[in-house]
Amino acid sequence: MKILVPVKRAIDYNVKVRVKPDNSAVDLTNAKMAINPFCEIAVEEAVRLKEKGTASEVVVVSIGEKACQEQIRTALALGADRGLHIETSDSLDSLQVAKLLQKVVEEEAPQLVILGKQSIDSDNNQTGQMLAALTGMPQGTFASEVQVEEGSVAVTREIDGGLQTVKLSLPAVVTTDLRLNEPRYASLPNIMKAKRKPLDVKAAADYGVDLTSKVKTLKVEAPAQRQGGVKVADVAELVEKLKTEAKVI
Amino acid sequence: MAVLIYAEHDNQHLKPDTHKLVTAASQMGDELHVLVAGEGVDAIAKQAATIAGVSKVIVADNAAYAHQLAEPVSALVADLGKDYSHVLAAATTTGKNFMPRVAAMLDVAQISDIIRVDSADTFVRPIYAGNAIATVQSEDAIKVLTVRSAAFDAAAEGNSASIENSDVVKAMDISGFVGEELTESERPELTAADVIISGGRGMQNGENFALLEGIADKLGAAIGASRAAVDAGFVPNDMQVGQTGKIVAPQLYIAVGISGAIQHLAGMKDSKIIVAINKDEEAPIFQVADYGLVGDLFDILPQLEAAL
Ligand SMILES: Cc1cc2nc3c(=O)[nH]c(=O)nc-3n(C[C@H](O)[C@H](O)[C@H](O)COP(=O)(O)OP(=O)(O)OC[C@H]3O[C@@H](n4cnc5c(N)ncnc54)[C@H](O)[C@@H]3O)c2cc1C
Ligand SMILES: Nc1ncnc2c1ncn2[C@@H]1O[C@H](COP(=O)(O)O)[C@@H](O)[C@H]1O
Repeated sequence: MKILVPVKRAIDYNVKVRVKPDNSAVDLTNAKMAINPFCEIAVEEAVRLKEKGTASEVVVVSIGEKACQEQIRTALALGADRGLHIETSDSLDSLQVAKLLQKVVEEEAPQLVILGKQSIDSDNNQTGQMLAALTGMPQGTFASEVQVEEGSVAVTREIDGGLQTVKLSLPAVVTTDLRLNEPRYASLPNIMKAKRKPLDVKAAADYGVDLTSKVKTLKVEAPAQRQGGVKVADVAELVEKLKTEAKVI
Repeated sequence: MAVLIYAEHDNQHLKPDTHKLVTAASQMGDELHVLVAGEGVDAIAKQAATIAGVSKVIVADNAAYAHQLAEPVSALVADLGKDYSHVLAAATTTGKNFMPRVAAMLDVAQISDIIRVDSADTFVRPIYAGNAIATVQSEDAIKVLTVRSAAFDAAAEGNSASIENSDVVKAMDISGFVGEELTESERPELTAADVIISGGRGMQNGENFALLEGIADKLGAAIGASRAAVDAGFVPNDMQVGQTGKIVAPQLYIAVGISGAIQHLAGMKDSKIIVAINKDEEAPIFQVADYGLVGDLFDILPQLEAAL
């Protein structure tokens, strides 16, 4: 069984972003970049399925500027077998990403596509679901457990009220939540080995997908800052302030 | 322009998110239709018909929608949605699950998690865990949107909109429901509570969350948690507040033993009053807290319960 894992290059989750003074976008100059954390969980899950003998090959794909080959190499160092970089300098919406991934699914015919549930930059939470719709596949989003069976996969999902388990016929799309696994660290020998693993590069323009976005960003602003409050000395003062000053209890 | 609103419910009750969606929708168009999809949802449809501003409730009552699985529900919503200018669902795990499928089927973008409506085609949404606020304009013929309910007031009740049955059935055998483990609680839901008290890694274990319960009882509060507390197994996943958990905006949020990572702040910094209890006076949570109390939570919590 082949598993396809789309990974996104995104700002490191520890970085606190700033908005550009002209309010056109977030300032990413010199910002530390990494694999989107949810994609890292997706890679880890695919690699574990390979180690268990369930999967035979793990292919990672990333769409974006040349630099996202760094994230593909990281995924290869974590245990993926080969990479595909679809190069574009456009910033794409989830719908365009999903349409490109649809083409990759047609070419690669994976039994399972594992994506992150959400990019931590756009906070979209869309691509996996869109890919599933475009390819006619069922989906198991926000997965905290994935069990591959004969011809199907059982996915336990984190939902607002607790957990839900669904059974999907293969091929299927899964998106990862935080509790699915704890990704490993790449070892130095594996980082060296990853340099020799195959990485194909293709141009997004060659896929015959309309890459123009219908959504324009008019401005990006800093959020309203909260006024820093006061420190209270003890519980009595806290309760007093909540009652008489804030009037919330 | 007609707006289709997907009713948020649990097959028993209509959720207050629906009332908030109606408020958001009323800023986009004046013909508002609510879709109630599920099985045995008569009572829910009747309640939806009482929301002020709603002109019609469409009911899709069928076993195919019983568990609101994404595959049949998205097919239904895309089928009905093609006749609308806007299609809205709450940014809950239900809405987040099926709406992007709807958008893809209609070949339009989705705009996730809107917190403000500037005009019928211009919306405001947080990005980068709320560290930036984007204003976006959509040229798509149909706007598919998920709405952060906490950012909108609930529409009033006192209406009797017409109720119409839809006979569109999109049964599908590619996915099936196996089971559910729902957290039973007498407390208010996190996203609807006026007061929330949340525990973090500083709570040390699940048993210690009992220290929060006494206080929650006295305040009628919901109990939340940080990711660290959920990952460590202290409490279930549905209690996670944050960028990738639940987004809350209560009147009062009390953070106990939570450091205040940006991902946690993203989920609660729009609360009216924030209280932080932490033994580290440098903890970033104090930068957003209206009232900070530095000290050991194991001393402070029993005192707080007694003082209330
Ligand atoms: C992709 C991604 C998504 C994430 N999404 C979320 C999310 O949705 N929600 C979320 O919360 N986090 C999220 N996180 C995790 C986040 O980055 C932090 O790791 C997490 O919020 C830390 O939880 P914490 O504050 O409980 O733990 P810690 O950071 O370990 O803080 C514990 C605090 O408890 C205090 N403390 C300890 N003992 C005591 C005591 N006896 N009395 C008083 N205070 C005490 C300490 O001083 C410390 O400040 C996400 C991370 C990633 C990478
Ligand atoms: N440019 C991209 N290249 C590869 N995968 C992507 C890209 N954008 C999004 N994805 C995948 O889709 C998931 C969800 O992204 P989003 O819908 O943007 O929140 C990510 O975690 C990735 O797995």
